[in-house]
Amino acid sequence: MSGYAVRIEHLGKRYRVERTRGRRTLQEELADLVSAPFRRRASPHGPGGDGTVWALRDVSLEVQRGEVVGIIGGNGAGKSTLLKILSRIVAPTEGLARIEGRVGSLLEAGTGFHSELTGRENVYMSGAILGMRKAEIDRKFDEIVAFAGVGPFLDTPVKRYSSGMQVRLAFAVAAHLEPEVLIVDEVLAVGDAEFQRKCLGRMQDVSRGDGRTVLFVSHNMDAVQRLCTRAVLLEHGRAISQGATASVVAQYLARAQTPSSAGAWIDLSSVERTGSGIARTVRARYWSAPDTAGGRPFPDGPLTVNLAIEAAAPCTLASLAVTLYDLQGTKLVNADTISIGRSLRLQPGEHEITLRISELHLQPGVYLMGFWLAGPLGAVHDYVLSGFEIEVVAHQAQGLGRAPGDDGLVTCRLELLDPD
Amino acid sequence: MKELARSVARTSQPTALVITIRPPSGWAPLDLREFAGAHELLYFLVLRSLKLRYKQTALGAAWALLQPLLTMAVFTLVFGRLARLGSDGLPYPVFALAALVPWTYFANALTQASNSLVDQQQLLTKVYFPRLLLPLAAVISGVVDLAISFALLLVVLAWYDLATSLRLLAAPGFVLLAAASAFAPGMWLAALNVRYRDVRYVIPFLVQIWLFATPVAYSSGLVPERWRPLYQLNPIASVVDGFRWMVAPDAPWPGRGLAISVAAVAVLLTTGLYFFRRVERSFADVV
Repeated sequence: MSGYAVRIEHLGKRYRVERTRGRRTLQEELADLVSAPFRRRASPHGPGGDGTVWALRDVSLEVQRGEVVGIIGGNGAGKSTLLKILSRIVAPTEGLARIEGRVGSLLEAGTGFHSELTGRENVYMSGAILGMRKAEIDRKFDEIVAFAGVGPFLDTPVKRYSSGMQVRLAFAVAAHLEPEVLIVDEVLAVGDAEFQRKCLGRMQDVSRGDGRTVLFVSHNMDAVQRLCTRAVLLEHGRAISQGATASVVAQYLARAQTPSSAGAWIDLSSVERTGSGIARTVRARYWSAPDTAGGRPFPDGPLTVNLAIEAAAPCTLASLAVTLYDLQGTKLVNADTISIGRSLRLQPGEHEITLRISELHLQPGVYLMGFWLAGPLGAVHDYVLSGFEIEVVAHQAQGLGRAPGDDGLVTCRLELLDPD
Repeated sequence: MKELARSVARTSQPTALVITIRPPSGWAPLDLREFAGAHELLYFLVLRSLKLRYKQTALGAAWALLQPLLTMAVFTLVFGRLARLGSDGLPYPVFALAALVPWTYFANALTQASNSLVDQQQLLTKVYFPRLLLPLAAVISGVVDLAISFALLLVVLAWYDLATSLRLLAAPGFVLLAAASAFAPGMWLAALNVRYRDVRYVIPFLVQIWLFATPVAYSSGLVPERWRPLYQLNPIASVVDGFRWMVAPDAPWPGRGLAISVAAVAVLLTTGLYFFRRVERSFADVV
């Protein structure tokens, strides 16, 4: 028996683009059948004109028993496809995967939950669907309930739970799965911070204590760095890098080309906005200190925002603000010129305006940036709630790293004073 | 077409499973070992569908009584009184109810099995389990309603002072045939429904036509002898004849019909299992 828990060889998955979300009706199918002989034959390789796309291509990976491997990459890189293949939810188009041991996969919180059923009923239902035996659920039932902290509401239908309680209960069931190979998609993205920490802790116990193998997809680089011994970077369906977590994560951050990479102009002409439109923020770019983390913002570092504002008529901007929200929409920073008593007179045409936040006290994470332009009497010219996402990155790799959202929303300068 | 090709093999460690995932290839039989291992999940799925139904409906289990009872009343009025259809020597209400008990079960089970995959697509795309459990659970959970309506039939028999005989002991056999009769086409339709949502709209129509092809309102004695074998390809027709045989002392044993029906179900079931296995791997892609 090999020491590998998971062995993936040249795995690939091709989707027909027009069918991936297809509600095919018989009529379309018949029409296809008629027109099929006249169409170009689908080429067996590569994306392109044949209406197919490789969500995953030629991915090979070996995971030792007891390893925790992080799978990272941008949206559409193929992470979820890989997990779905390994979970046997979808079939691969080519390649082979061998998994030794019982597989448990957690691609969503609350799989099998039904709002009409009580907490108790849902624990059993969800447990059974995730692959637990009834005896196993019986045995762990009290532990699951304690972990979720929903004891008094066990016989209440889940629809009466708060959303936080529902999520906690759903996770609690999943956290007590004990497969030899655990496959986890981005499920930690929901739930409150304390519960997230509990789940991360639980996953750590599972892998370290019991020698179970974990495959973990996340956008949360902190969680990946804390949990994973090794990481795989996927891009456009291919595994472009694998190795020690820290170096793969660094590579990912370095190549992440999200619409909002530091330093590049971001076109805002098509974002949702309100306001008179006399002045509009049409483009923006931002950067931190140029020499660090590719110009990306970091905790306590500076943040410079460059705005291109188009004025349709002469106007005065008494309030020009750059606002940062967390992904739940909580306004964290509102850098407004009104607070420093500066206003701007604009002539028709495009103007470039620069704002500088000298210290950005935000924890590593993803935030939303919005814009606000208003006149002296409070007339709102332009209000962009969310222009784009910006990522604040951990400046230095700090051993375990910080827990996501766990160390407070904002950072602070801290000193330990000597006695007397 | 995609097909679940996976093998579960024992290796040197007695408890170790090895799962091999590869692209779908061709036809494969049902993985019986895996299927048998999922009986607890089947139990929970059945339990869930029962609980949901009784929690979400105001009358709950009463529907199991009302549905056949009201249909019986309407049939008695229309077919018994107005059309004066023959009822094989039974009072027409009893004659109708004996058929409606298995028919109602069959119609509901077929409908629910056919929609089972689409209605629970969030499960299909998030977790792996033998997909066949969903239509199977739909067919099994209907048996509870069937039991309730069967009790109603016994009450009605007593009401009309009709003697009950040992023939009633054959009921489980007929119920099993009714379940298989619903499951076999249900499995086909459920799989097709994933790809072609037209199926959802076809089902009510299909059930309606099927009702006319089944001796519920009328006696199967009305069917000309030379058409009988063709007629009996409809398995639920034999189940209905079986139910009438159980309650009417002089009804003939539907032996030949049963044999034809069982054969028809067996063919539909076997082909259905292969078809289902062949397409189930693409459910999550298509749904």
